[in-house]
Amino acid sequence: MFAELPLLSLLIWLPIFGGMLAIMLGDQRAIMKPFALVVAALTMLLSFGLYAGFDSSTHQMQFVEKLPWIETFNIFYHLGVDGFSMPLIILTTISTLLVVVAAWEVIQHRPSQYLAAFLIMEGLMIAVFSALDAVLFYVFFEAMLIPLFLVIGIWGGPNRVYATLKFFLYTFFGSVFLLVALLYLRHVSDSFAILDFHQAGLSLNEQTWLLLAFLIAFAVKVPMWPVHTWLPDAHVEAPTGGSVILAAITLKIGGYGFLRFALPIAPDASLALDWLIISLSLIAVVYIGFVALAQTDLKKLIAYSSIAHMGFVTLGLFIVFDIFANASTGSGAVLAIEGAMVQMISHGFISAAMFLAVGVLYDRMHTREISAYGGVVNTMPKFAGFAVFFAMANAGLPGTSGFVGEFMVILAAFQANFWFAFLAATTLILGAAYTLWMVKRVFFGEVANKEVQSLSDINRREFWMLAALAVIVLLIGLWPAPLLDVMHASVEHLLTQVSQSKL
Amino acid sequence: MFQVPNMLFALPEMLMLGMACVILLVVAFAGERGTDWVYGLSQLTLLSTAVVVVWFIGDGGLTFSDTYIKDSLSDLLKLFICIVNMLVLLYSMAYLKARKLMQGEFFVLAVFSTLGMLIMVSAYHMLTLYLGLELMSLCLYAMVAMHRDSAVATEAAMKYFILGSIASGMLLYGMSIIYGVTGSLAINEIAQAVATGSGDETILSFGIVFLVIGVGFKFGAVPFHMWLPDVYHGAPTAMTLFIAAAPKIAAFAMIIRLLAEGLIDLQHHWQDMLVMLAVLSMIIGNVVAIAQSNLKRMLAYSTISHVGFLLMGVLSGTQEGFSAALFYTLIYALMTLGAFGMILLLSRQGFEAENIDDFKGLSERQPWFALMMLILMFSMAGIPPLAGFYAKLTVIKAVIDVDLLWVALVAVVTSVIGAFYYLRVIKVMYFDKPVVEHKLEAGSAMQIMLSANALMVLGLGILPGTLMKICTIVFA
Repeated sequence: MFAELPLLSLLIWLPIFGGMLAIMLGDQRAIMKPFALVVAALTMLLSFGLYAGFDSSTHQMQFVEKLPWIETFNIFYHLGVDGFSMPLIILTTISTLLVVVAAWEVIQHRPSQYLAAFLIMEGLMIAVFSALDAVLFYVFFEAMLIPLFLVIGIWGGPNRVYATLKFFLYTFFGSVFLLVALLYLRHVSDSFAILDFHQAGLSLNEQTWLLLAFLIAFAVKVPMWPVHTWLPDAHVEAPTGGSVILAAITLKIGGYGFLRFALPIAPDASLALDWLIISLSLIAVVYIGFVALAQTDLKKLIAYSSIAHMGFVTLGLFIVFDIFANASTGSGAVLAIEGAMVQMISHGFISAAMFLAVGVLYDRMHTREISAYGGVVNTMPKFAGFAVFFAMANAGLPGTSGFVGEFMVILAAFQANFWFAFLAATTLILGAAYTLWMVKRVFFGEVANKEVQSLSDINRREFWMLAALAVIVLLIGLWPAPLLDVMHASVEHLLTQVSQSKL
Repeated sequence: MFQVPNMLFALPEMLMLGMACVILLVVAFAGERGTDWVYGLSQLTLLSTAVVVVWFIGDGGLTFSDTYIKDSLSDLLKLFICIVNMLVLLYSMAYLKARKLMQGEFFVLAVFSTLGMLIMVSAYHMLTLYLGLELMSLCLYAMVAMHRDSAVATEAAMKYFILGSIASGMLLYGMSIIYGVTGSLAINEIAQAVATGSGDETILSFGIVFLVIGVGFKFGAVPFHMWLPDVYHGAPTAMTLFIAAAPKIAAFAMIIRLLAEGLIDLQHHWQDMLVMLAVLSMIIGNVVAIAQSNLKRMLAYSTISHVGFLLMGVLSGTQEGFSAALFYTLIYALMTLGAFGMILLLSRQGFEAENIDDFKGLSERQPWFALMMLILMFSMAGIPPLAGFYAKLTVIKAVIDVDLLWVALVAVVTSVIGAFYYLRVIKVMYFDKPVVEHKLEAGSAMQIMLSANALMVLGLGILPGTLMKICTIVFA
């Protein structure tokens, strides 16, 4: 039944127009918030339609829509999803719904614009994941910056202007090289279709420059060491919703970019330069893990832990070349890519949960300093239960989704190089160290001060918000098969693309 | 034998000349009291000229002994010049009234200057081109000087006049060299002479140098940009708006007629010159704009950088490049119109909203117009989905297609630098607290048109296809 509907267009434009309507309704009308909630919920339900109607036996693009947009340059409004983009779209719709719920009574300053910004951003992000035309992709990729820039700048903390400008300029700097790369690819392949880019014959020299351009653009988004410095600043200053979307989705766009552009378009250059990206990923996992250990600010700690976790994604994507070199079968390579994908989805949910949990605390105490807390479990037992669970998931406890992705990538890394696996596996110690130490200082021990003494436990809204996430994290952790099944065909296809030299 | 030239091809200009004379008479006899009438008459003139242009769209050709051309390029540019100037007059009215600058002379100068632009657009002979250019420029010099009591305005007018005259001199010198080599001033005959290779190429390239300098001055491309920030800053904002918008469209016509139609076979000579101008303009314009606290000055430097982008389209020397540059010019005019329009809108009796700080907290005082300014600034920075992005996309694509990848890289890196100062305007509007409360003085007509102007930038960003197609057809 979903085949006839232009489902992707609906998913993109429903939240965008819904957001505009929310602005028009304004802050005064009581209907505004329920309206935004309905729009977000409806979008989420529609995105489940994608899952229901998805044919996981093929790597071909599905739910394809193609209309002429700018005919002079053969630019099309061309949408479609495969096993990589479909789960990310569902991640987007779920996260946005949670952000709307989280903002409910918390955001007092211009709530209609706040909710509208997130709804519009939702539409733009879904469009990024489903765009099959390079210009369309770039337009949405960049347009996404505008609402996020405003969200951090208007509703952010004391140092918000610095943080938001840094965020914007960093990502904008990265993406302009992407633009040049895309235009160059059009010059070569005489088409703006991303799938045609995959076929383009390119010399190693061309591939190398293209890969470097992609690397600048997507490494800033992911973010990889050493271009990660905007992320802690942005996270600390952003309001809760901004942090959630930033961590859960916009970082994933970086990983998605590698999957969609870098690997299939420049396989030979990726092979030649994989040492660079693997080293950067391992630095992110190990060094940033230590940095996270030293943080005194809750949000900063989670931000650094995000960078470390995203290191697994880029690691998983680029060790495939070493696995090909070592092993005769491709099973390790499948494991690596699927591990990276699972890690992206899982990190999306876990980081969203962690930031929402910090938001819950911040709304009550108005501080994010770890030292201001202590013994929260005594006054907020239900909340502490959730928080400890998410912290465990973040540390990669078996049974949670955090374990699956990391484990798959580490397992695959053994087939590539023992030392890659060894260094990656240090995260099991480091991740546990910084999360559990944080849990100990914030939640356990004696009640630290009067403010903590007077804390009230989470209300129904917060309970369901966190409970939903906990269910998802457990579900993926215990039964990842449905997630793996939808992406399997796409992963196989990517691996054939990657293993065939273009030279 | 004497042939009656086809007057129809120059009908818009003749109509405008006739109306200009009528306006002159009305100003002379009605005096101070008649300014509202004069305003209405000027708008009517521009409107009827635009209607005539649209009415006779399509067929074209040469007339007046091959010195004058009517083609789809001239039709399109004339239409835009008229529309842009109508908006300029509309935006300026309240501002001029508040400053007692609402004099008949302003409108006379505006109409004559528009006439000069139309002539430039249709000129197919270097003398005609020069005639149009001088008619336009002389009116602009006088316009800047109209605020007699203001020392800055007078200084700006002086600078504008002297540097503008030097530029004209350079241009004339270049034309005379070309004439010396090819034996003709008609664009098509020059093109023929160059194609057959009958002239000495070294001397021709010498002539091109002077032509490019002249054109560079008129555009305000680095290193011939010195006059631009001072004039933009010093002139009353209404005059700045007039100088900033339509004359760039006319200058675009000039560069196309001279380089692209007359000297296309010497592209290897002028391409390198334009590359230098474009790259320097983008770098200097974007970097220096960061240091400005005055919005008019900032926009002046931003204009310089836009000129650099525009030249990128021209220097590629392909049909695609020219249409990209045309698209850029039109979008630029639209954005500039909106940005200066915002300054005019927020200015009031005894207060010029020309410092960036005057926009502080605009999103709380005037949420709607803050949103409009946000659209304009993001568009100028080249962020999709706004029109400015496609303008940049097309010109960058044009240079990549002729394998000038490094120019494209300079362009994108400088546009990141440029994003910073546009973002700063958005920052003061949205993230800072308002300092002063105030009401808008401008009439509803201006408010509606300014909103439409900004929404057009958004609309063209979502559906840029039609305008791009038109720009391509013009050069096909």
